[in-house]
Amino acid sequence: MSEDIKKFLYVNRKAPYGTIYALESLEVVLIGAAFDQDVSLAFLDDGVFQLTKGQDTKEIGVKNFSPTFRALGDYEVTKLFVERESLDERGLSADDLQDIVWEDEDDDYAEKPSIRIISRAEMADIMADQDVILSF
Amino acid sequence: MSYDVNGTTVEHDEEGYITNLGDWTEDLANVIATAEEVDMNDEHWAVVNFLREYYEEYQIAPAVRVLIKSIKKSMGPEIGNNKYMYELFPYGPAKQACKIAGLPKPTGCV
Amino acid sequence: MATLHTVNKSPFATGALLSCIAHAKDGDTVLMIEDGVYGASSGTNVSDALTARAGSVTLCVLGPDFAARGLATDRMLDGIKSVDYAGFVELAASNDRTQAWL
Repeated sequence: MSEDIKKFLYVNRKAPYGTIYALESLEVVLIGAAFDQDVSLAFLDDGVFQLTKGQDTKEIGVKNFSPTFRALGDYEVTKLFVERESLDERGLSADDLQDIVWEDEDDDYAEKPSIRIISRAEMADIMADQDVILSF
Repeated sequence: MSYDVNGTTVEHDEEGYITNLGDWTEDLANVIATAEEVDMNDEHWAVVNFLREYYEEYQIAPAVRVLIKSIKKSMGPEIGNNKYMYELFPYGPAKQACKIAGLPKPTGCV
Repeated sequence: MATLHTVNKSPFATGALLSCIAHAKDGDTVLMIEDGVYGASSGTNVSDALTARAGSVTLCVLGPDFAARGLATDRMLDGIKSVDYAGFVELAASNDRTQAWL
């Protein structure tokens, strides 16, 4: 099995509700998680808006899917890379993002953070290190 | 297409999933379970309640392996295993239990 | 270990082209397609940013998309290479991965 594991990166560059990209990406991630690959998610440009806390869609008649990001740990998706420059450009900081954690079964179910804030240069390195990049 | 719960009708789709998630009651769960030929016991209810709580928190119905892993953690490996879950819900713990729990069909099920 | 990046939006509508060239590594190829080809014109407000990377990143434009939009070849930014559909396939095959900047 292990030799078949590929590195998949889902690149998210769109805000959550103006287009369907963000929700589609999340659904593909959840379905794709069944294939036991090495999955990472990248959030850059307007994609960082997907992870902000306090989203409330009641009045616009669409589903608020931001809580679903917190379920990703159950699907062994534990690497959410967020680009610092994209946050800065939008007047955001790490404190504006949801707390997203995963439970490490091998460490007595200790909760560990899934979000990792990285620089643009580090994001470029991560992109260059993938077998497959899926863009949304 | 609808279920009849003590004289009130609750709409469902062609596969039996209710249309309006807010229509769910425990009485409705019993009606759906009867239609599915599932005789609800405490363990069925534990799974159904877990699914409803999971949906409330994360806005999705969990995939079956996520469900089983979570049940194993909360209720122990005697209940939280593939075989036992399929004994409780012969048509699939995620698909059938979600239907009884009044949730949409889990993402990834066809 | 190089990447083919495709950009299919006008740089005057979205930041995709600029984000792409900011993330592309030396040795990568950036191919402008569909409305992305507007970025290949000279004298625009993204020309300098593209020219700055032209030495380290291979900049390409899909010729048929460029021609379709009535963009004159003599207005193409220096250092950009025009490829046809076969060239597009060749680029996809010769790079290790493709990343679409939507």
